[in-house]
Amino acid sequence: MGTLRKKGTLTIVVMAALAILPPILLWSGQAFYLDLATRLVILAIAAVSLNLILGYGGMASFGHAAFIGIGAYAVGIPVYHNTYGEFEIIASYSGLFQIALAVGISALFALITGMICLRTKGVYFIMITMAFAQMVFYLFVSLDIYGGDDGLVIDIRSELPLVNLDSPLQLYLLAYGSLVVAMLIVRTITRSQFGMVLQGAKGNNERVVTLGYNTYAYRLTAYVISGAMAGYAGALLGNFTTFISPEMMGWTRSGELMFMVILGGAATTIGPVLGSLVFIVIEEVFSSFTIYWHLPFGIMLIIIVLYVRGGLVGLITGGKKKRGK
Amino acid sequence: MQPLLKITGLKKSFGGVTATDDVNLEVEEGELHAIIGPNGAGKTTLIAQLCGALKPDGGAISFNGNDITSKPAHSRAGLGITRSYQITSLLMDMSVIDNVALAVQARSGHSFRFLKAARNISHLRDEAMIALGQVGLDKRADDNTRELSHGEHRQLEIAVALASNAKLMLLDEPMAGLGPEESKTMIEFLKSLKGKRTILLIEHDMDAVFALADRISVLVYGRIIATGAPDEIRFNDDVRHAYLGEE
Ligand SMILES: Nc1ncnc2c1ncn2[C@@H]1O[C@H](COP(=O)(O)OP(=O)(O)OP(=O)(O)O)[C@@H](O)[C@H]1O
Ligand SMILES: [Mg+2]
Repeated sequence: MGTLRKKGTLTIVVMAALAILPPILLWSGQAFYLDLATRLVILAIAAVSLNLILGYGGMASFGHAAFIGIGAYAVGIPVYHNTYGEFEIIASYSGLFQIALAVGISALFALITGMICLRTKGVYFIMITMAFAQMVFYLFVSLDIYGGDDGLVIDIRSELPLVNLDSPLQLYLLAYGSLVVAMLIVRTITRSQFGMVLQGAKGNNERVVTLGYNTYAYRLTAYVISGAMAGYAGALLGNFTTFISPEMMGWTRSGELMFMVILGGAATTIGPVLGSLVFIVIEEVFSSFTIYWHLPFGIMLIIIVLYVRGGLVGLITGGKKKRGK
Repeated sequence: MQPLLKITGLKKSFGGVTATDDVNLEVEEGELHAIIGPNGAGKTTLIAQLCGALKPDGGAISFNGNDITSKPAHSRAGLGITRSYQITSLLMDMSVIDNVALAVQARSGHSFRFLKAARNISHLRDEAMIALGQVGLDKRADDNTRELSHGEHRQLEIAVALASNAKLMLLDEPMAGLGPEESKTMIEFLKSLKGKRTILLIEHDMDAVFALADRISVLVYGRIIATGAPDEIRFNDDVRHAYLGEE
């Protein structure tokens, strides 16, 4: 039980640091770090959502960035039309409308693609989720009205009650609060009766089916929840970068999200956040002196996957080494 | 009275191998019906078709008066069929009690319940503990399933089947790999279930079968060559010739 307590402490320490450090850095004149932290926290929301299906559900989706892209364009497109006309029904600066659109369309996309993807397993699942994401990627590349390949600038950030997203600190606090909520949602779901079925099916699907569960329906539900959460993260990311392009949903982006989850520790509460943290740090440090910064990241990932059970969380809390089969 | 399980003309082949060859079988409610047969006779294949893991090539299965031939595996479990596995099939990453609690949870129809932590739902835990107690595993409830011995895994298989509260239990060689002492305990335990559950028992251990079964069917090369009370089977010439290896 010692490991459990250590995991809890680690979660609290990391989340407290994320709550306190970025605002302090901002006030001490280091606005750059607040930017970094905002990106980190938004990516962490997406990683937390991926962890629900990848870590707890055993569904290795290689197309999760598509939801981020859909969420971001669900902000960009209404803003575009509200500024330049046409498509009145979706033209809006309202953040609530845009977020509802981001979450709704992501959930719908997850439902439709999930119904197909979840009929497959293993490598096929990885490839088909990637294929659907690439479809969305090319769809936006082909939409010249929204800039195609070049992307789209979001002129006006989402207008929300209570928070002003033009204030970097308020945007950060919203993202941070959202991350906490996302973590609580995933934690609650995975401990529930639903979560037990999901995790059981990950380990031994046939057994769980034999017990009487239509595991396909449970997986699909998790897939939709996960997609909707990633869509929400996309809406935040659009507001943060104020520039969106199909590149946000390329397959390398999906791969990075998978890396974050596995590196940090799949099926743990804080793992995806730690993974995002390390990802952001490596990206920042290494990309400043080599364009091949993915290499150290990849090497680190391989070491963690091969030698440490439970990723960084396992390493820090003293998780066991992988035992030989 | 109609039988609880009725199999008619069931057929299944894998490539050239006919694993189930026109099988007809009836299992009465409350009966302990044993199936014996040499290795590769098609016993496990038969169970897999009954619980829905394998699709038969032909024939029909009816349970409790309903045709379930084309029902998916999960809804057959919902109707009251459960199985245990010849080769242990458990949720190795979960605790012992979680394995059983998941079976208890399945009784209530669906588990699209997202809020309350499953481990805090006391009736699930209590009923899982009862099933564990019945097979003598209650002391190991909180251990990781992977850490149990082979014998304990076999007991847990039975506890899971018990906890699902199924009308019909399909038990595929529950004694497989058990030592003589453990086997004895298992036989005693199955005896204690007699009359309370309908059981289709597959077993190699002849002593166990003759001690437990109300009726026995003999499966050879996918065909049932005889069905009858233990004594009839013991002295049936075909059976002695084909299976018991006596002249
Ligand atoms: N999935 C499969 N694919 C191909 N052949 C199979 C498959 N499953 C079983 N068989 C074949 O069908 C026949 C029956 O196998 P089955 O496992 O049902 O026998 P069994 O009576 O349970 O044997 P045992 O006593 O060894 O458990 C065997 O010849 C086996 O090789
Ligand atoms: Mg067998």
